[in-house]
Amino acid sequence: MSELRLMKGNEAIAEAAIRCGADGYFGYPITPQSEVMETLMALKPWETTGMVVLQAESEVASINMLYGGAGCGKRVMTSSSSPGISLMQEGLSYMAGAELPCLVVNVVRGGPGLGTIQPAQSDYFQAVKGGGHGDYKLIVLAPSSVQEMADFVELAFDLAFKYRNPAMILSDGMIGQMMEKVELKPQKKRWTNEDIDEMHPWATTGKKKDRERNIITSVELDSEKHEEANKRIQAKYKELQEKEVRYEAIDTDDAEYLLMAYGSSARISLAAKEILRAKGLKVGLLRPITLFPFPVKQLQNLTGQLKGILSVEMSSGQMVEDIRLAVEGKVRVEHFGRYGGVVHSPEEVANALEQKLTGGK
Amino acid sequence: MAKMIGTIEVDIETCKGCSLCVEACPTNVIALADEVNGKGYNYAYMANPDACNGCTNCALVCPDSCITVYRKKVEMV
Amino acid sequence: MEAVINEIKKPENLVYGKTKVLTDNVMHYCPGCSHGVVHKVLSEIIEEMDIQDQTIGVAPVGCSVLIYNYIDIDWQEAAHGRAPALATAMKRLRPDRYIFTYQGDGDLAAIGTAETIHACNRGENIVIIFINNGIYGMTGGQMAPTTIEGMKSSTCPFGREPVHDGNPLKMTELLAQLPGTAYVTRQSVHTAGAVRKTKKAIRKAFEKQKENKGTSVVEVVSTCNSGWKMTPVEANKWMEENMFPFYPLGDIKDV
Repeated sequence: MSELRLMKGNEAIAEAAIRCGADGYFGYPITPQSEVMETLMALKPWETTGMVVLQAESEVASINMLYGGAGCGKRVMTSSSSPGISLMQEGLSYMAGAELPCLVVNVVRGGPGLGTIQPAQSDYFQAVKGGGHGDYKLIVLAPSSVQEMADFVELAFDLAFKYRNPAMILSDGMIGQMMEKVELKPQKKRWTNEDIDEMHPWATTGKKKDRERNIITSVELDSEKHEEANKRIQAKYKELQEKEVRYEAIDTDDAEYLLMAYGSSARISLAAKEILRAKGLKVGLLRPITLFPFPVKQLQNLTGQLKGILSVEMSSGQMVEDIRLAVEGKVRVEHFGRYGGVVHSPEEVANALEQKLTGGK
Repeated sequence: MAKMIGTIEVDIETCKGCSLCVEACPTNVIALADEVNGKGYNYAYMANPDACNGCTNCALVCPDSCITVYRKKVEMV
Repeated sequence: MEAVINEIKKPENLVYGKTKVLTDNVMHYCPGCSHGVVHKVLSEIIEEMDIQDQTIGVAPVGCSVLIYNYIDIDWQEAAHGRAPALATAMKRLRPDRYIFTYQGDGDLAAIGTAETIHACNRGENIVIIFINNGIYGMTGGQMAPTTIEGMKSSTCPFGREPVHDGNPLKMTELLAQLPGTAYVTRQSVHTAGAVRKTKKAIRKAFEKQKENKGTSVVEVVSTCNSGWKMTPVEANKWMEENMFPFYPLGDIKDV
């Protein structure tokens, strides 16, 4: 049965994981996301659904536990924040190379280095451009509410398994820590081992007499064969770009100016849009929900009517580069954002659009 | 009285001529051939087949699992 | 003589042949490499325990990265040093399966030290097979955490000097201290007798897993004749004279 609750974004991730039938969580504490594992440990899903929850010795171990679990066809996840996600990049590269599905939640904090525990969106490049070594990408979902934190857990698992590729929920310290009303979905059954044998014949579940041995690996020493493996992975990214773009467009039909923002910045930009509309400026908001695949076509469809686009990010300007690539110079694109843990106000965003795009008029 | 007589079969093309079987053989049955296999290795062979008692030591230490061992008990007159 | 050999060479007289759990792929290892012997022993145990369909191996980074080409079971290939982390999740998510890692000294005792120690300390119900040849074979013979004092490698070309290079690590003794380990042993495969003992040890480790006893660690002190720049026979002799005094063979812990 569905249930209405008031809870933190981080807690919603944990609740949603159990309810969607996840098989395992492996993690390491780091602010501002420690509530994910704390909630799971308090709920003890191993006694109810059978979900395994384990505190690992490091983020490096966590992501490699995901590799092992995913290789067995299980729905496994971890969560961390920026410095911890940096430590996971090796494992993510291996998982992308071995075509393993998993969910990694990044509740982003300010960097670089140890940075700050306050919210930021400065891990965009790391999330959408691969992050580790080699040609690969993650499927990246950006929630802008506690409800989406909950909903995107199952969505991320579905996409990850559909495309056999790691998926990331790219959140931030604000969404992770804030409390909102959230509707939690009814409990779903976990896959049985028999389900996995049937649904995921690639998984290492023990070699049956009637099949060849399954090998989960990212190594191929024959360069020609390895190029083929890379092509297979790239074809998935092309398909993702064609089929899986998700976004929200608000007041874009008549818009002359466009605010583009995801996650927390999208909430703030929505308020900024209201301020600017009240002043008579025709401003819309385009909120990418999938950061990879990025809503390129959807943005291109708007370029004819736009005088300017403002990318609003809690970073020094990362998504703005993808916007510029998408519009191919046809529209002026500027960036505004506070960073290093500072969250911008709607007024700051509204002022920035006027200053940078309308000449202050 | 009874005696064990044995023999070995070497998968010549798999043998890498490492000589560990030669060393492991307690009755000096095995030697490396003067000829080479397809990969250019001097492969192991029974240079002194009469002495083989089928003890399996050569096969146990063979890293490439290319030795098969047979053994038979015979009554000596 | 030909007639006598043909008389002996009959199916009913077969006393030792290649196990079916080994594939027909020719191993890429150098002539005389210990890996092949340990692969064979492991495969024989899997056949004898009849667990080919219930066993999942974790391959390391190192020469044995391609072990999955040789042993006919399901495999996962881990990032360098991370095999015990993979195995931890695999066993917890599939407690009905036999899970083992196969790791070299660089993998287990250098880059993967944390994963190894914590998996053992948690008492993960897995088997760890640890091939210790005191050198990085695959990358061309560099110094390993287990390279003994005075031993030459391409990154300690004049011999390991502890003041400069640090000390060799007795990882297996260290792991035996941890409450999570059930069976910790050090073996070798340089003679037929040693191969038999190693087989017994690995079999025991798998039996411990069956009984949910905790982590088993089987170290196999091995040769890397190419990396050591010796013939296989010389390498075995060198190992006996130089490695065994520092890495003595035998069971260290059996709970």
